[in-house]
This record gives sequence, C-alpha cells and structure tokens, in this order.
Amino acid sequence: MSESKKTFVITRFDPDKDEVPKTQEYEIPVHEDWKVLDAINFIKDEVDPTISHRWSCRMAVCGSCGMMVNGEPKLTCKTRLSDYGDRVIVEPLANFPVIRDLVSELDGFMEKFQAVKPWVIRAKEEAGAVSASNPPKSSKGTFVQSAAELAEFKQFSLCINCMLCYAACPVVANEPEFLGPAAIALGHRYNLDSRDQGLDERNEVFRGEGTVFSCSFANECSEVCPKNVDPAAAVNQAKFGAVIDWATSLVLPRPGASKEGGK
Amino acid sequence: MVEVSRHDIIIVGGGAAGLRAAIAAAEADPSASIALVSKVYPMRSHTVSAEGGAAGVAREDDNFEMHGQDTVKGSDFLGDQDVIQYFVEQAPKELALLENWGCPWSRNDDGSVATRAFGGMTVKRTWYAADKVGFHMLHTLFQHSMQFENIVRYDEYFVSKLLVEDGACRGVAALDIRTGDMHAIVGRAVILATGGAGKIFPFTTNGMIKTGDGMALAYRAGVPLKDMEFVQYHPTGLPGTGILITEATRGEGGHLKNSEGERFLVEYDYGVGQKAELGPRDMISRASILEMEAGRGIQGSYGEYVHLDLTHLGEEKIMSRLPMVRELCKIYAGMDPVHQPIPVRPVVHYMMGGVDTDIDGATTLPGLYAAGEVACVSLNGANRLGSNSLTECLVFGARAGLHSLEFAKGSAAGSDDGLRAQAEEEAARVDALRGRKKGGEKIAAIRHEMTSAMESGCGVFRRQESMGAAVEALVQLKGRVSDLRLEDDSKVFNTEVIAALELHNMLDVAEVVAVSAHHRKESRGAHTCRDFERRDDQNYLYHTLCYHDPSGPRLDKKDVTLGRWEPVERKY
Repeated sequence: MSESKKTFVITRFDPDKDEVPKTQEYEIPVHEDWKVLDAINFIKDEVDPTISHRWSCRMAVCGSCGMMVNGEPKLTCKTRLSDYGDRVIVEPLANFPVIRDLVSELDGFMEKFQAVKPWVIRAKEEAGAVSASNPPKSSKGTFVQSAAELAEFKQFSLCINCMLCYAACPVVANEPEFLGPAAIALGHRYNLDSRDQGLDERNEVFRGEGTVFSCSFANECSEVCPKNVDPAAAVNQAKFGAVIDWATSLVLPRPGASKEGGK
Repeated sequence: MVEVSRHDIIIVGGGAAGLRAAIAAAEADPSASIALVSKVYPMRSHTVSAEGGAAGVAREDDNFEMHGQDTVKGSDFLGDQDVIQYFVEQAPKELALLENWGCPWSRNDDGSVATRAFGGMTVKRTWYAADKVGFHMLHTLFQHSMQFENIVRYDEYFVSKLLVEDGACRGVAALDIRTGDMHAIVGRAVILATGGAGKIFPFTTNGMIKTGDGMALAYRAGVPLKDMEFVQYHPTGLPGTGILITEATRGEGGHLKNSEGERFLVEYDYGVGQKAELGPRDMISRASILEMEAGRGIQGSYGEYVHLDLTHLGEEKIMSRLPMVRELCKIYAGMDPVHQPIPVRPVVHYMMGGVDTDIDGATTLPGLYAAGEVACVSLNGANRLGSNSLTECLVFGARAGLHSLEFAKGSAAGSDDGLRAQAEEEAARVDALRGRKKGGEKIAAIRHEMTSAMESGCGVFRRQESMGAAVEALVQLKGRVSDLRLEDDSKVFNTEVIAALELHNMLDVAEVVAVSAHHRKESRGAHTCRDFERRDDQNYLYHTLCYHDPSGPRLDKKDVTLGRWEPVERKY
C-alpha cells in the first residue's frame, strides 16, 4: 500500500486556556485510501491525544464527524484524502459555536429540530370515514401506504443530521436563529407523509419568523448534503405549502383543523 | 460539590432499546420523569448502522410457531423458549407501532408493509426500509420521543458508575463531557441500553462507541454477564474497514463465491443445505474461513476475502432494495456491485451475551434493568438470527420500560447525600485519571494489544490454547492499564479521558469473553472450538454466568428454559 506525507492544519481551541482559536500543524504518513477522518484518528492515537473531535460509525450514517475541510463542510468519514494536496486544513463546522477544537455545539440545532414537531400527528379520534387525510389500516394495524405515497417524502427522511447544510447556509451565517435546511426538510417530510395530519400545526411554525421565508434559495445546502436529501427543495416546497395553506384558510376555514398549533 | 438531579427512571443509552424503553415509560405514566442519558446524541447511537431489517410475522404463510422454531434452532438450542415465545408474539405489534409512528417501511403493491428473506428464517418475515432499517428505526424513535415532555435528555454524558444504596440501584454517576463535571443522576430504577462491545475486536462492523460500557458497569456492580463466549461474526464485512454489507444482499438473491467462482455454500457441504446463502451467520462465517484455508480465498491488500456477487440482480433491484450497499461499496471499496463482486470477509458484529436479565429485563440487582444488545435475555442463545435484534430492542426495551416503572412506584428514592457522596468519590477517580502524566502506558497501544489478543484467541475458530493465551494476555493488560499516561488535562470535552474509561470497560468485557469461551469445551452456535468439534448437550446445555471477583472472573451456570422444541442436531 503506498504511503505519502501530508500536513494537517487543525483548529485548536480550549475555552479554559485560549482566548481565540489557533491552529496546530501535524505532518503524518497517510495511506492512499484513507478518508480525512482516518488521518485525524491517526493523529489522535499516535501523535497528539489532546485533540477533541466527534466520530463513530465511519460509514457515513451516524452524522457525527462533520467538519470544514479546506473551507468546505464535509462528512470526514466519506471524504477521500486523495482529493486533497499536501496541506489539509481541518476546522470545526462553520456557523456553530465551538465547544473545543473540532467539536461544535448542537444545542440550537436540537431546539430547531424539535420545533418542527418531527413526529406523526394524528387527530385523537381516529374513527370515521377513511379519506385522504385518514388512510386505512390493515388487519396488522399498519397504515396502507402506496409506493407513490412513500416516494413523496422518502428522500426528505434520509437526513442524518450531520449539519453540513447549516455550515454552508448563507442565511444561517447572518441569522443564526434561522430554522435552517435540515429542520425544515424534516418538518416537511412529516407534512408529506400520508399517515400524518399535522400539516396545519407545522405550517403555523413555518409561517413564523426566521423560518421558510428567510431562505434566500442559495441552494448551498443541497450542494453539500452528503446524502442527497436536497433540503433546498424541501424548503421551497414548504414555503409554497405554507402560503397556500394560509391563503386557503382565509377563504375556506376548515372545521376541526387546529389553528393554534402547539400541543 | 457534585450536582444531584432526580428522576423516576434513568435510562443509559439512546439507541433503539433505550428510546423504546423511554417512550413506553413516558407514555404509561405522564407524571413519571424519565432521564435519557447517553454519551452521544441519540441519533448517533449505533442502531443507526443496522441495515437489513427487523423480523416479525406479517404474512399469511407465516406464524409464531415458525418464527419461534427458526429462532430456537438458530440459537443452537441455547435460547430460552419462554422468552422466544413472548418475543415472536410481540414482534409484529412493535413493528406496526413503529409504522404508526412514521417509520418509512418499504411497501408491497397493495400498500401493506413488505417483508424480505433473511438468513435462518424459513419465510419472508423481515420488515425493511430499503437497506437503512436501523437508521430509519432510530430516527423514527428519536423524533417520536421528542413530543414527551417527561423524557429529559442528558446528551453527551458518560456514565462511569452505577450508584447502589441499600442493595438497590438508585442512579448513575455521569460525566458531563462538555464541562468535565460529574453529576449524580438519581432515581428509583436504572435501565442499561448501551449496546454491544464490538470494539474489543480489531475488525468489527461496530462504531467507535461500542465499548461495552453497560456490560462493564453491571459486571462491576456484581451482576453476572451471561453467555459472553458467543460472539457473532457477520459473514460479509468489507476488508480493511469492517463496514457491514447487509445480509439483505443475500436475502435479495446475492451469491457468495470463492476464487474459482464457485458458490461454495452449494458446492461443498457446510451444513446449510438448501438454504445456501440464506443459512445462519455462524455457519456461513465458518464456511468462508474454511474456503480461505482450502486455498480458495482471494488475496487483497487487507488480507484474504471471498466474493459476494450481486451482479445478476441488476441495477434497478440494487437501487431500490440495496442503495446503501452500493453507496458503501463505491466509497469504501472503490467498486460498484452492479458490475463487480464485492470483496467480503467475516467480521465481528454482535454480542449474543450480555447482562443477565429475566424476561422483564430485570437483573439480579434490584432496580437495575437491561435491554437490547447490552442485555442477555436469552433470545439469541449461541447464535442470533439476522433481523431479530432490532425487534429485540423494541420488544424488550418496551418491557423493561414498563417493568422498571412498576418497580419504581414501589421503591424508595434513596438519599441525596449518600448518592452524592458516591458520585463525588467517582469524580475524584476520574479527576485523578484526567491528564495523568505519571503513567507509562498509551491508550492506543493497550487497545491494540487487547484487540489482537481477542482476534487470535476468540475468532471464528478457537482452540483451547489460543483462548488460554488470550486470557493471560488480558490479565497482563488489565495490570498495565492502571499505569496509563494521559496528556490532556483540560476538563472541556476531554475525549482522551473518555477513551481511558472506555478502555477499562473493554478490558473487563474482553476478559469475560475469553474466560467464558475458554471454559466451554464444546462447539455450539458461534462458539467453535477445534478441540471439541461437537455440541455436547450432556455437559454444556446451560448458560454461562460470569461474576466479577477481586481475584478474577468467577464462572457459574444457569439453566436453559426449554419447552416445545427439544434439542436436536442442528441441520439445514
């Protein structure tokens, strides 16, 4: 297996010791088939055990290891080192507060995530006629859902919460409170699910300040998404849905629909 | 002073079992406060990496008896049959519940939930969401859990000790990784749901976080670990990384081939009979190793492998049923399974053993429960069938959640002062470890020696001598680990001190695996000893218990609960 050397310029920051982040350089031997994460793990194990970073599955599904690599948000476990030159700059994800070194703070993200009510909302009373908004259940107690209905939301359910889209989003950069691509895509995913009846509640959220209408449709989120979720499409669709829902509600008040939102 | 926070139930681990337990308890009693404590954010839990599916009777041509019989046979008759009966009956209900909560299960043409074939299962009973089943189950559970205000999360808290008072488990000492401060999270019952311990081996499908923490916590608190010798090798991991290539590849019709291009499970007698690629994992892993030993493996830069051929399935089927497999192969093996066979070799995947529990998830320590891979409720016996474990997390997670709630209602709360004092002692221990510059041993070096010892001693094929050598090596390493040198003295997000605590946990668990394996002088399920090639029901039809003792692991036995399925020779 061929080996070469690369220099990694890694952001170091310990709030107890540092006023501002600094960088530290490590020159190490790398294998040709390594991912960026392999190099960081090598440094952590063999050179400098004081570096802090997050990782776990190393197969691009747990979403832990997002970092900036040469200025771009990347899932480091699937980012090939061979695509980079002799110097690789690794920083914590942009647009997030930093806890330490390469570790970002997720508190705000988790709040946004919860704000879109990412669970199936059903009316308490499920009896009554089967309709588009009240799909039938099989003898096994599962809803009937066609392949086409599944395909409606499937793509938006593939988000691994790696937060690369927040690091890439120009709106998040200026307006940290912006609900952001992943959270909007998640809310939209439930809105599109034939089993869900929570459209009104979520549209109430989407019409609030700092949500879908803040998006400038720069499309950066979809470009950096490592799972091809296309959050930009979700945001755009959600924007449209929220407007239509609001407009129709003016002319056609629907009985039984929750206008208050929230639980 | 260590901060004390109070709840009714404390759940350690935020994967499928922990989340299911939390939801069950939160829903059953909205006034109960449920703490969900995890060393990672719940959506990072290793459930996320499961791929192929979750088993539960769904079709007209299937029934509980068939699922039960398959599971008993797969377990090589070491599964407890009362547990298996309960499991197969609950399985479809739990999977349907997950459907109601939004899990995007793949569908049949009529809109009902689709099922696929899996190893050791006689009919299609594995529910799936393409090949990202664990991912979808985890995210569905986590998202669903967010609506319960009585579930209080402690994200990125590392539990380093169980707090025991008056003979009952009343809480945990948990290190807030972000601040480095120790907390006492106390209550009336604790559920361990921390998953497996694949990282005690060098080559595993498991993520970095699977360090056997819950097993070690229970073990050190005096609770026995059960059947720890049974370590499942999955037949198809990518060489080098060990990344899992799901059994669903074979469920969908993929073939295993040797260097001659032969389907060796068909061409040679490996005991899987007509099932061929749909045989159980223990047998197929052995067959793959024997093929390599017979000179029919293929040499690669990460050692020998065999081929998993999907090329005859076609691009359309691969993209609809196995899209992640294709993605993983492209990124991590540099090849496309639509056009080329996938290089694969057996890889450590799952611990059949774990914390000894009864059917309610209760351990021998009052107030302490366990569910999921960390537990050994004895569903899986000596060999787990693929797709039973995700369902196990739901069925026994829910049961542990409800039973711990009952226990909590009748249990005393424990004293703040006494439990705080214990947590303060634990804080002092961790403080002494953090930035400990006087030691001479490196974490990475000991970890490497441990995993090497486990691979050479407790692999697919074992020998008395090699297992004995592993036991000795682990005793040595446990001595050396007390002399660790740690460089990082910062309190904030200090992952080095966490790695040191995890290493202690892994060494305890690894030693129990090796000692348990060394004692079992027969071959059963995943435990294959070349010195004793046959199963020996006369002398070994029992569960192995292993207790922590200052002088070293102490072994004991526990009866297997038999029933309608009498032990017979396991042939397919």
